Amino acid sequence: MSGFALQSHAMGKRVAVRRHGLIVRITHWVNALVWVFLLMSGLQIFNAHPALYFGQQSNFTHPFLVMGAANDNPARGMTSIAGHSFDTTGWLGVSYDESGEPVERGFPRFVTWPGEQDLATGRRWHFFLAWLFVINGTIYLLSGVLSRHFTRDLLPSWADIRHIPRSIFDHVQLKFAHERRYNVLQKLAYISAALVALPLMVLTGLTMSPAMDAAFPWLLEVFGGRQSARSIHFITAMFLVLFLFVHLVMVLISGVFNNLRSMITGRYVVEEQAHDL
Amino acid sequence: MISERKLPVSRRALLRFGAIGAGSLLLAGCDDAVSENPRILSLIDKASALTYRAQRLILPRDKLAPEYAESDIAPQFRANGSTSPSDPAYRKLAAGDFADWRLMVGGLVERPMQLSLAELRALPASTQITRHDCVEGWSCIGKWTGTPLSEVLNRAGVKPQAKFVVFHCADRLQDGAPDDFEPGESDSADSGGVPYYESIDFVDAYHPQTLLAYELNGQTLPIAYGAPLRLRLGRQLGYKMAKYVMRIELVASFAQMGGGNGGYWEDLGYEWYAGT
Repeated sequence: MSGFALQSHAMGKRVAVRRHGLIVRITHWVNALVWVFLLMSGLQIFNAHPALYFGQQSNFTHPFLVMGAANDNPARGMTSIAGHSFDTTGWLGVSYDESGEPVERGFPRFVTWPGEQDLATGRRWHFFLAWLFVINGTIYLLSGVLSRHFTRDLLPSWADIRHIPRSIFDHVQLKFAHERRYNVLQKLAYISAALVALPLMVLTGLTMSPAMDAAFPWLLEVFGGRQSARSIHFITAMFLVLFLFVHLVMVLISGVFNNLRSMITGRYVVEEQAHDL
Repeated sequence: MISERKLPVSRRALLRFGAIGAGSLLLAGCDDAVSENPRILSLIDKASALTYRAQRLILPRDKLAPEYAESDIAPQFRANGSTSPSDPAYRKLAAGDFADWRLMVGGLVERPMQLSLAELRALPASTQITRHDCVEGWSCIGKWTGTPLSEVLNRAGVKPQAKFVVFHCADRLQDGAPDDFEPGESDSADSGGVPYYESIDFVDAYHPQTLLAYELNGQTLPIAYGAPLRLRLGRQLGYKMAKYVMRIELVASFAQMGGGNGGYWEDLGYEWYAGT
């Protein structure tokens, strides 16, 4: 990365570097938009049968997770995970329609796409977006491998791995170094989201397709059955929601302008110690 | 790599454009003007056509859906959609154990036929233990026995103009109060209901796992599961597998039938190709 000195400080120099390549920036924003609607249309599809199972098929008497309404007046939304039930009225199981009436549905209308219960439209959007996601993701992955972005910037070195406890300590103290290179926790977070979770979403998604199961029966072996694949698809989506939450918080508290600029123009300002230069 | 100074549009303008675009899409979504917009949906359906072509391309014609062991059979196979047709003619046939039922095979065939259950059972039979995947998301494994559709088609002699096999059924979807198929969807049918129908292409019609099933788990097919005869496909979702089949029609196009989309659920917005 090429840099040039902006100004001198007693403690170090502020240097502008080119942090993100053009393809990373474009695919990042396409992915951001596509992923939000993939998530929301996915929750719409989940709502058609708001229960999860493990294995090849659905054991209706023992779902791993289920959202529903308790037979109470007024209706109460209940979510049960591995046998433990929680009252989730207003959010999961029972939420409110446009006129404020309670309706039985898994996720509420403000997080599904479309908002109304409409499996057919949700599916059409989901599969359309899935094509965009796969095309965009393939461009990102190819460019990451060919440009050596992954091996150079994301793959943790042995020094990084030894540095994990120290890096955790820094983060807990809210000390975020603006450096040329990602710290080890950033590397691990981006690898887990971009190179593990997102490809896993594609593979578990394909495993839910009866036609793909005929073409590639090994998909069922890998994930332990179609219903397991559906559950892993859902759990991985929830992991990605968590990733997005942490990602947005970190962007906000570690220099929001600098971070946003670096993902739009590529330019990122770092502070460097004199001895580094 | 281009320098930001050479960008034809200012960074600020790009940012503003992006924010307005994303924001308006989100706002518009609140009244479903975007999600249900016919123009956008027609663009989106191009992806559905792409999925159909891509899956047909990578999936060898006769590649089988996975089959399971006897021990995998679901203790409680869910009955969905119509579970008890109210059509008087159907009720009369059911009262006589379908002895008077005849499967009509017509349309673009050389020899239109009528087959009784006994005649169907006399044809070569096939048994499979396969997984049934509902569009809602659940799956059940069952053992199905029936006549491969190809046996019937070959006897009737398919004319070269034929492109699709259409299944006409005895049920109308309000029948039997489907408890968890979307009520909003079936309400849009008229008060008398719309007759169920489905259609498949010849890749599926001649697939060895495509059955006209008359037995489930070794028992005569119960009414809740589509008696006397239902379609079984190995590589598509449950809504394609018409129950209560009364008539098979070979056609060159289904554009003039029902809502013109090739099936009951298709007319309500579901994809014609349900391999995903």
